[in-house]
Amino acid sequence: MNATKQAARKRVATKRPVPVRGAKPAAAAVRSMNDLMAYAYALEVEAAERYGEFADVMEEHNNRAVGELFRKLARIEHKHAEQILEEMGWTAPPPPPDGGYRWQGMEGPETADFTELHYLMQPYHALEIALHNEKRAFEFFSGLARRATTEKVKRAAKEMAAEEAEHVRLIEDWMKKVPLPEPQWDVDLDPPRYVD
Amino acid sequence: MNDMAVALQPAAYKSDYKPIWCPGCGDYSVLSAFTKAFSMVGRKPEEIVVVSGIGCSSRLPAYLSSYGFHGVHGRALAAATGLKLARPDLTVVASGGDGDGYSIGGNHFLHACRRNVDLTYVVMDNHVYGMTKGQPSPTTEPDWQSKLSPTGTGLRVFHPLVVALAAGANFVARAFSGDPNGVADILAEAIRHPGFSFVEILSPCVTFRPEQRNWKQAVHPAPVGATDDPAKAARRILSDDGFNVGILYRGNRPVYRPPVGKAKKQPADLEKEFEV
Repeated sequence: MNATKQAARKRVATKRPVPVRGAKPAAAAVRSMNDLMAYAYALEVEAAERYGEFADVMEEHNNRAVGELFRKLARIEHKHAEQILEEMGWTAPPPPPDGGYRWQGMEGPETADFTELHYLMQPYHALEIALHNEKRAFEFFSGLARRATTEKVKRAAKEMAAEEAEHVRLIEDWMKKVPLPEPQWDVDLDPPRYVD
Repeated sequence: MNDMAVALQPAAYKSDYKPIWCPGCGDYSVLSAFTKAFSMVGRKPEEIVVVSGIGCSSRLPAYLSSYGFHGVHGRALAAATGLKLARPDLTVVASGGDGDGYSIGGNHFLHACRRNVDLTYVVMDNHVYGMTKGQPSPTTEPDWQSKLSPTGTGLRVFHPLVVALAAGANFVARAFSGDPNGVADILAEAIRHPGFSFVEILSPCVTFRPEQRNWKQAVHPAPVGATDDPAKAARRILSDDGFNVGILYRGNRPVYRPPVGKAKKQPADLEKEFEV
């Protein structure tokens, strides 16, 4: 990567910092393979729903390119959720644990916050959000693998972490194929708020 | 899966209308929390009414599949109170923003707390009038400067939670929109709690108050659980940093219900009076 491109990527990253939050459920909540996969399923479903909501937001604001990208991400996450059902032989979503799924952060590790959106954002920014989410998911499963009390759960959590690491690589490759935003991408000549 | 189970999924509480709030607005998460809370409470959409006033957050009823009433500026609580007294079988939730609820609707807020009718009032507080382009609201910090308030208002902020306690609200909580699961838990508790429940949700306006994106780093769980002593709750709230979230007060005041069987006129009689 040349220096100009590197600098541009750094500028985008600096402009829209995406905070890292903790993403570990209480270790006590994941004792068996069923618990682990139920959490994995919930994580994918929450992510699919949120990407779908993001797609709705961007479509309503006529930012179709980003809307389409979020829609695609929603489909990918939904597919991951379906794969979990299939692998586990579940014909219906597993019942949530008492009190619902609990994440250490405010939401699931692959679920981005609504405040990450900007009406002028570009596909690159959407992928930045996705990349951050995949990294958090990797941390989540790696953490579970470290804290697992049975060998079976440890092995499965490691496998899930490896899958998330693969998703990180896929998103990074995807980011290389979309245009980098201009440094002034969020400048609106008719802004809603005047600050002069 | 039977129909009832399908109807009680959060998605069943969303309408076909897509929100038009600014991308990044905290109200999207609040909408999500409403659907989760209704699902948790287990009432069907046709057993719930969401009443609002005017403002960005007051658009909420349109995005829900429950009954809704998008009313007059600041008057959501008046309509919601009348509705609950006329139809006590319904779950009534009033919603709006800080401008709507604490300024033009301030008087209704006080008396709704005092009356203690069994309903829930949710204020999405972003410390600004967003819909009308960023005027300071009663909860805007005195030194917040904008083109419309170049030197800041210099006014002390309104303290809705403490006012609600002093006026007699039976349940007081603060939540943060960035935690929709946490908001849903609190809303479900508020709906279940008898009497007037007041939930303030810190919900960033990223357009006029972009610095509020940092609220997610500022919020933290209240260090102690809810109390049933309003004076203790008020002292705690007055001395906190404004970012304590959780249920702060659960009271046990008697709920106001109108006397049964004493209505002299039935709806049909009233209809006759209005006949031309």
